[in-house]
Amino acid sequence: MAEPVLDIRGVSKSFGALRATDDVTLTLVPGEIHALIGPNGAGKSTLIALICGGLRPDAGSIHFRGQEISGLSVAQRARLGLGRSFQISSLIPEYSARRNVMLAVQARLGHPYRFFRNVQRDAGLTGPAMEYLARVGLERRAHILASELSHGERRRLEIATALALEPAAFLFDEPMAGMGAEGARELIGFLDELRREAPILLVEHDMDAVFALADRISVLANGRIIASGSVHDIRNDPEVRRAYLGEEGA
Amino acid sequence: MSFALFAEQLLNGVQFGLMLFLMAAGLTLVFGVMGLINLAHGSLYMIGAFFCAAAAAATGNFWLGLIAGLAAAAAAGAIIEVVVIRRLYARGHLDQVLATFALILILSEAVRMVFGPFPLYLSVPPELRGSVNLGGGVSYSLYRLALIGFGIATAIGLWVLIARTRLGIRIRAGESDREMIAALGVNIKALYTVVFALGAALAGMAGALVGAIQSVQVGMGEPVLILAFVVIVIGGIGSIKGALVGALLVGVIDTMGRFLLPRFFSLFLDTSQAMGVGAALASMLIYVLMALVLVLRPKGLFPAHG
Amino acid sequence: MADARRETIVNIVLAVALFVVPAVAYVIDEPFFITLATRVAILALAGVGLNLALGLGGMVSFGHAAFFGLGGYVAGVLAHHAFSGTPVFWGIPGTNQMIIIWIVAIVLSGMLAAIIGALSLRTSGIFFIMITLAFAQMLFFFTLSWPAYGGEDGLPIFVRNQFPGLNTMRIWELFLLSYAVLMIAILLFRMVRNARFGAALMAIRQNPDRAAALGISPFGVKLAAFALSGMITGLAGAMMADLTRFVSPAMLAWQMSGELIVIIILGGVGRLFGPVAGAGILVAFEVFFGGITEHWQFWLGLVLLGVVLFARGGLIGLIAGRDRHG
Repeated sequence: MAEPVLDIRGVSKSFGALRATDDVTLTLVPGEIHALIGPNGAGKSTLIALICGGLRPDAGSIHFRGQEISGLSVAQRARLGLGRSFQISSLIPEYSARRNVMLAVQARLGHPYRFFRNVQRDAGLTGPAMEYLARVGLERRAHILASELSHGERRRLEIATALALEPAAFLFDEPMAGMGAEGARELIGFLDELRREAPILLVEHDMDAVFALADRISVLANGRIIASGSVHDIRNDPEVRRAYLGEEGA
Repeated sequence: MSFALFAEQLLNGVQFGLMLFLMAAGLTLVFGVMGLINLAHGSLYMIGAFFCAAAAAATGNFWLGLIAGLAAAAAAGAIIEVVVIRRLYARGHLDQVLATFALILILSEAVRMVFGPFPLYLSVPPELRGSVNLGGGVSYSLYRLALIGFGIATAIGLWVLIARTRLGIRIRAGESDREMIAALGVNIKALYTVVFALGAALAGMAGALVGAIQSVQVGMGEPVLILAFVVIVIGGIGSIKGALVGALLVGVIDTMGRFLLPRFFSLFLDTSQAMGVGAALASMLIYVLMALVLVLRPKGLFPAHG
Repeated sequence: MADARRETIVNIVLAVALFVVPAVAYVIDEPFFITLATRVAILALAGVGLNLALGLGGMVSFGHAAFFGLGGYVAGVLAHHAFSGTPVFWGIPGTNQMIIIWIVAIVLSGMLAAIIGALSLRTSGIFFIMITLAFAQMLFFFTLSWPAYGGEDGLPIFVRNQFPGLNTMRIWELFLLSYAVLMIAILLFRMVRNARFGAALMAIRQNPDRAAALGISPFGVKLAAFALSGMITGLAGAMMADLTRFVSPAMLAWQMSGELIVIIILGGVGRLFGPVAGAGILVAFEVFFGGITEHWQFWLGLVLLGVVLFARGGLIGLIAGRDRHG
C-alpha cells in the first residue's frame, strides 16, 4: 500500500473519567475514501478535533504528510494541507459565496498581511474562486450572501471552499446531512471523482453514501475502532452488526 | 519602619480588599448567572454611598443610613434590571457595554440633580470611633476593623446563601444550565432580578461603608469598578472564591506597594524623587499582577466554567 | 446594492459638510466653529482607529484612551522639552515639529497596542473588555502619579507645534491639516478593509473557527489590526494635544475610551464614515445641549440607551440600511 497521507497511531484523549478517544489507529492513503462511522457519542467529533487541532491528544501520534502535527494549531495544520468541511455549515455569513471561496484561495496563497490591493479586483482570487464555485454548480449564486443560501447550497459552498484550499487530504464531516435524495446522489458522484485529487476521510451517517463510496470503513464505538476493513467485511462483521447496524438498521 | 506601621498597612490592605470583594462578588455573580457585563455597577456603589450619607445626615444615625443606602442600591438595581438590563441578556457584549455605559451617564447626572454638585460627608458612627490596641504595639482604627468584620461576615453569608439555600441552588443551576431551571418551573425572570438586586445591594453596602472614610461624590464608583474588573480577571470570571482571593491580593498588594515602594526607592534616590517614582510604580503594580496572571493562567486563578 | 449607493452619498455629504461648515465660519469670521470642526475631525480620526479594531475585527476595546493619551503626551512632552531646551533623556532633544511628533506618537502607540493586544487577545469577549479597560486605567494612574510632567495638573503646550508651510496658530490652517489627515486615514481604512488583510480580519470576526480551518491564524491577524488601530488613535491624540495645547491624565481616563466607543456606535459600527458622523453628533450634542443644561450627559445617556436598544446600526445604518460586503 502507498505511504499514508494521514497516519494516526495509538491516539487517546480523556475528559475526566471518560475516554472519548481510546487508542485509535487509522490511516488515509492516496486515492482512497476512508469512511469513519459510528453511533452517536462514539467519539467521532473528538477524533476530528484531534486531527484538525481543536484538541491535543493525551497519548499517541498524528503524522500528516510525514510530519508530526499533534503540537500544531488549527491554522498551521490547514496550511500544511488539511482541508476540512464542518458538520454544521460554518461559513462566513456576511460574505457572498464568492468571497467565502476567495478567502480560502487567499489563505492557500499565503500570508494575509496584504493591506492595499482590493480583493474584489484581484483576478488571482476571483478567477479561481469562480472556477471552484462552478465545480459545485454554484457559479450563478456567486454574489448571494452565505447566510441567504439554501441549506443544500451552503453544503456545496462548504465543499467549494475545501476544494479551494487544494489540500493534500480532505476531511468531510457529514457532508450529506440534510441534503435530500437528489442532492445526495449528486454529491456522491462528485466525491467519487474527487478522491483522485486527494484522499478523503469521510465521517458520515448516511450508510448508502458510505457503502457506495468507501474503499475502507472504520467503525468507532465508545472511542475505540472496533472494526476496520472493506465494505464487504464491515457489512458482515458480527460485532459491528451488534454495536452499530443492529440498532440503526433494524 | 516599625512593625506597628507595617501591620497597620497590612490591615488597611485587607480592609480595602474586602470592600473590593463586595463589588467584585456582585459583578461576577451577574456575569456567572446572566452572562452580562455591567459597567453601571459602580453607579450602584455611588447610590449606596449617597443615600447612606443623606439618610444619616437626616436621621443622625449611621446605621439607619446604611440600611437606606443598601435598600436604595438594591431598589435601583431591581428597577434597572427590569427596565433596561433584561433586554440585554441576549445581546452581544458591545451592546451590553454601551447600554451600561449609558446608564453610568444617566445615573451620575441623576445623582447630581438630586443631591447637588458638591460631595457629601458621612462620618463614622460614634460607637466605632477611635482605635483599638491589638497588642504588639499595634493600634488600629476601630471602624476599619469593623469593615474587615463586615467583609468577612458578608463573604461567609454569601457562601452560605449560595451553598446552602434554595435561592443558592437556583443560582448555581442558572450558571450551568438556563433551560433546565426554566424547565424545572423556576421563574427565571424573577431569579435574574433577585440576583441583580443582590449584587446591587452588595455594591451599595460597599459604597456606604467606604463613604465614611472617603468623600461621597459623583464618579466615586468607576475607579472601584475597574479595580473590581482587575480582581475578576485575576480570580477567574464567575467564581465567588476567585473574587475573594483576587480582591485580597489586589487590596494587599496595592496598599503595600504604595507603602513600601517609595521607602524602597529612598534607599538610593533622594526623598522627593523616591516618592514620585515609588508612587507611580506602585499605582501600576496590580495591573502587572493582572498581566502575569493572564500570561500564566488566562482564565484566572479559579476558572468557574471548565 | 442600492444601500451601498446610498451609503456613498451619505459619506460624500458628511465629508463635504465637515469642510463647508468651518469654511463658512472662516468666511464670516466665527473661529469657534472652526475649532469645533477641528475637534470633530480629530475625534473622528481617533474613531477611525478604534473602528478598525472594533468595527472590522470585533475587538471591543474599552482602553483606546491609552493610545489617545499616549499620543497626546508624546506631543506634550516633546514640545515641553523643545520649549525648555532640555533633553528628553540620554541627550535626545525635544521637538516642535508635528511630523516628527506624529511619527513618534504612531510608533510608540503601535508598540503599546502590540503589548496590550498580545496580553488581552489571549482572552476574548467580556475578559477582553475588562482587560483593555484595566490597562488603560493603569496608564491613567501612572500619568496621574508621575510628577515630572505635571501629574494630575497636566502639561501645557505653550506654543503650538509647527508644520512646514502652515501657520498652525491660525485655526483654519490647523483645521485643513486635521481634515487632510482624517481623509487620508479614512482612505487607508477603506484600503485595508478591501484588501486581503481586511478580508481575513472581518472573516475572523464572524467565524474564527472557520478562518483557522482555512489556515488563517486569528491571533496574528487580530494583533496586527489592534496595533494598527492603536497607531491611528495615537496619532489623533497627538493632534488633539496640539488643538487644545494641553495634555492631562483626562485624555487617558476611562470616559475617553467610552466616548470613542460612543462615537463608533452613534455613527455605525464598521462604516467608513461612521466615526465622522458619530464625532459630529457627539460634539454637536455637547455644544447645543451643554448650552441649555449642565446635565446634558443625562440626555446623552438616554439617547445612547435608545440607540443601543432600538436603533442598532447608528446614524448611517438608519439612512443607508444594512451593512453589506458582497
